[in-house]
Amino acid sequence: MELDNVMLSRMLTSMTLAFHIIFATIGVGIPVMISIAEFVGIKKNNNHFLLLARRWARGFTITVAVGVVTGTCIGLQLSMLWPSFMKVAGQVISLPLFMETFAFFFEAIFLGIYLYTWDRFKNKWLHWLLTIPVMIGSSASALFITTVNAFMNTPQGFELKNGKAVNIDPIAAMLNPSTPSKVFHVLTSSYMTSAVLLAAITSFAILRGKRSIYYRSALRLTMICSLVFSLGTALAGDVSAKFLAEVQPEKLAAAEWHFETESNADLILFGTIDENNQIHHAIRLPGMLSFLAGSSFDKKVIGLDDFPKDETPPLWIHYMFDLMVAIGSFVIVLSLVYLIAWRAKKFSEWFKPILWGIAAAGPLSVLAIEFGWIYAEVGRQPWILRGYMKVADAATTGQGVGLTFIIFAILYFILAILTCVVLVRMFKNKPAEAELEKRFNH
Amino acid sequence: MSLEILGISVLWIFLYGYLIIASIDFGAGFFAFYGKISKRDHLINNLISRYLSPVWEVTNVFFVFFFVGLVGFFPDAAYYYGTALLLPGSVSLVLLVIRGSFYAFGNYGSKENSFYLFLYGATGLLIPAALSTALTISEGGFLKEKGSGVEFLAKELFTSPYSWSVVLLAIVSVLFISAAFLTYYADRAGDMPARDVLRKFTLFWSPPTILASFLVFASLHAHNPGHFSKAIQLWWMFGLSLLFFLIASYLILKKKNFGTAFIAVMLQFFFAFFGYGASHLPYILQPFVTVHESITNPTMGTALVVVFIAGLLLLIPSLLLLMKLFLFDADYVKGKK
Ligand code: HDD
Ligand code: HEM
Ligand code: HEM
Repeated sequence: MELDNVMLSRMLTSMTLAFHIIFATIGVGIPVMISIAEFVGIKKNNNHFLLLARRWARGFTITVAVGVVTGTCIGLQLSMLWPSFMKVAGQVISLPLFMETFAFFFEAIFLGIYLYTWDRFKNKWLHWLLTIPVMIGSSASALFITTVNAFMNTPQGFELKNGKAVNIDPIAAMLNPSTPSKVFHVLTSSYMTSAVLLAAITSFAILRGKRSIYYRSALRLTMICSLVFSLGTALAGDVSAKFLAEVQPEKLAAAEWHFETESNADLILFGTIDENNQIHHAIRLPGMLSFLAGSSFDKKVIGLDDFPKDETPPLWIHYMFDLMVAIGSFVIVLSLVYLIAWRAKKFSEWFKPILWGIAAAGPLSVLAIEFGWIYAEVGRQPWILRGYMKVADAATTGQGVGLTFIIFAILYFILAILTCVVLVRMFKNKPAEAELEKRFNH
Repeated sequence: MSLEILGISVLWIFLYGYLIIASIDFGAGFFAFYGKISKRDHLINNLISRYLSPVWEVTNVFFVFFFVGLVGFFPDAAYYYGTALLLPGSVSLVLLVIRGSFYAFGNYGSKENSFYLFLYGATGLLIPAALSTALTISEGGFLKEKGSGVEFLAKELFTSPYSWSVVLLAIVSVLFISAAFLTYYADRAGDMPARDVLRKFTLFWSPPTILASFLVFASLHAHNPGHFSKAIQLWWMFGLSLLFFLIASYLILKKKNFGTAFIAVMLQFFFAFFGYGASHLPYILQPFVTVHESITNPTMGTALVVVFIAGLLLLIPSLLLLMKLFLFDADYVKGKK
């Protein structure tokens, strides 16, 4: 592997995105959770939920800040690292990028208002209403940026003549075939990850001995949301897989180690592959790949052999796909078990293994987001603009990419540590019970 | 009006917006830090934090808006700047990241941490210095086209008197704009001790601002005579700028109408900034990029303008709400809410 500009640009882009996406995901999902908690709190006139919303919002200010600054980084780095790509694609796809900024703007304004007006309105519902523009703003920015990413996978709405884009239709570019399934999956997975993360934090606190009603209410609420959103995520993932089978078959085939076009194709879970593309130690589910790709065992699934060798993605993305699906299934089962345990009253909902499972599910969901993006992005290789431009032809020719990579690596490392330290300190210094007492019972 | 003029005007308006509100923010960081080390923080820091907390994220979006808009309207400019500015651009980015995140860490996380406050104050002066070099580079002479790309001539930039005069102007303007605004804000809050400290800051930074402007003019004459003579043809804009500067300084000196004084400061920079911009045309980046050649295709350009107008219809009422709640609500400003 040679550390040329292309490789270094890929590394820097990957690093920034991998870091940004954690905070972006949280930024899309947490406002929804805050809104739900405040809604329940006002509706039931229950201070526990109101305090929950308030404490989540306080932590959210930190993650938003990191999301904003890392987003600014990726926004500028796109032009600095991939100038040739932006020069061509900018002609076609800058519309959603532009709209995304408006969505941020809208969100930023109302988030500012929301955070500083907790006790300012006589009618509590007025304050809750402010969460609506915040949710619209953050989900809309996810929607717009995802159309850009979808465009890179299935570009349309232009023609390439002598390296210049002509006959441009920005709306068609935004509404490319990949957009619906991708947006659906990105949104549901963001909501899911945020719900599971909050559940994990609560569960961890309970394991450390906090047992008040406040924590019980929080865990119940977040676990109900986790179940709903993880089911939505799985549904959306299924839609995405069916979409890939139709439109971007090389990505699905690489993820499934599926070489020959055939019907009744097997689904391969985990395993290893040798240099002759022989698969060992894998779990084989007969016919399931056809079922996943087209809801029928007779569905013909296109294999990698139908593509030129230099236009197929690397095969290791198989593991990314499998891990993502495994984590998704784990969270669904886990939240079902928890809810049954609570409802049936047979087991205690404080059952330790379940609590540990929930605590682990938080970080795992974040990993699933990372695996999902790595799968989706590396699965597009070698293309940066599928069918039009390869990654290798798009990187900057400028000097200093390596140095820049090192600078940003250090920066993100420090940011990651400080974010955790600040968040932990923020909640340690103000335990929920004390705050509940101070705010509502004086 | 042609599409390219419309496009560049939209971008320039946003850059102007960023100039004003970011200056308030950057300068406030410096004053907060300075207040701490000169033991006057009990007088001014509360006031600064009351204003900044709800709006800092909005400030950042102005900046994002500008560069996303530049890529959208003028993809070629993004190509040249992107290739050439990887290192200097990254330095600005790192500073912005430090500033934004440490503001949040300091403000919401651990209060009273002097180190965070120091970073916040220092980056407040370094960022305008770093960002202003993008304008310097646009004057030409700091990029060389070679083979497959463009090369950035760092040595020329660091040894150019013009470049340093722009940096100087950026820093003193930030402090002047910020002090003028905070004086007004303190006055509204009825916080006389804070007002008096901030008023002195404003008066202190007022003469350097105008001196630095003349310095920039003089060095522009040496660096880029073509641009200089076009600027002279727009002398009335710079004259108006000077006039508003005098009005603002007079009002602040006489301790009256701080609101009007701040509006005059805004107009001072409005005329200077648009005079500079108009005389810079048709170039975005001399001599490589002009607005005429680099403008995006008409379909995209029209779409962007339509979205821009729709976006403004959405944003202006929201911004007014924000201002009504935090800037013009006397109780909030006075710290009673
Ligand atoms: C919590 C996170 C999470 C979980 C549990 C899952 N996914 Fe996922 N997946 C994502 C998070 C994600 C993602 C980060 O949102 C991706 C990356 C790019 C994208 O469009 O969504 C993604 C991409 C992605 C793609 C590629 C889409 C494309 O490139 O167009 C497919 C086919 C699936 N997923 C399928 C699934 C299936 C069948 C799941 C079964 C439960 C699943 N995902 C769970
Ligand atoms: C215009 C927008 C985009 C450009 C130019 C772009 C370009 C790239 C490139 C060139 C890579 C390196 C691929 C490789 O490792 O071989 C990459 C990786 C990646 N991208 Fe994209 N991408 C864009 C949009 C997105 C979006 C919207 C996301 C979602 C957050 C995203 C997520 C990722 C991730 C997580 C990786 C890391 C994959 C890895 O580890 O290799 N990208 N991107
Ligand atoms: C190429 C990929 C991406 C680019 C260029 C990008 C750009 C940006 C920028 C410029 C910001 C800062 C905005 C501000 O100043 O407020 C930001 C923040 C954010 N981005 Fe990204 N982004 C990318 C990927 C994503 C993805 C895939 C998502 C959602 C799934 C996302 C969601 C967010 C969120 C929620 C924030 C925080 C802003 C807030 O909460 O106000 N971004 N991004």
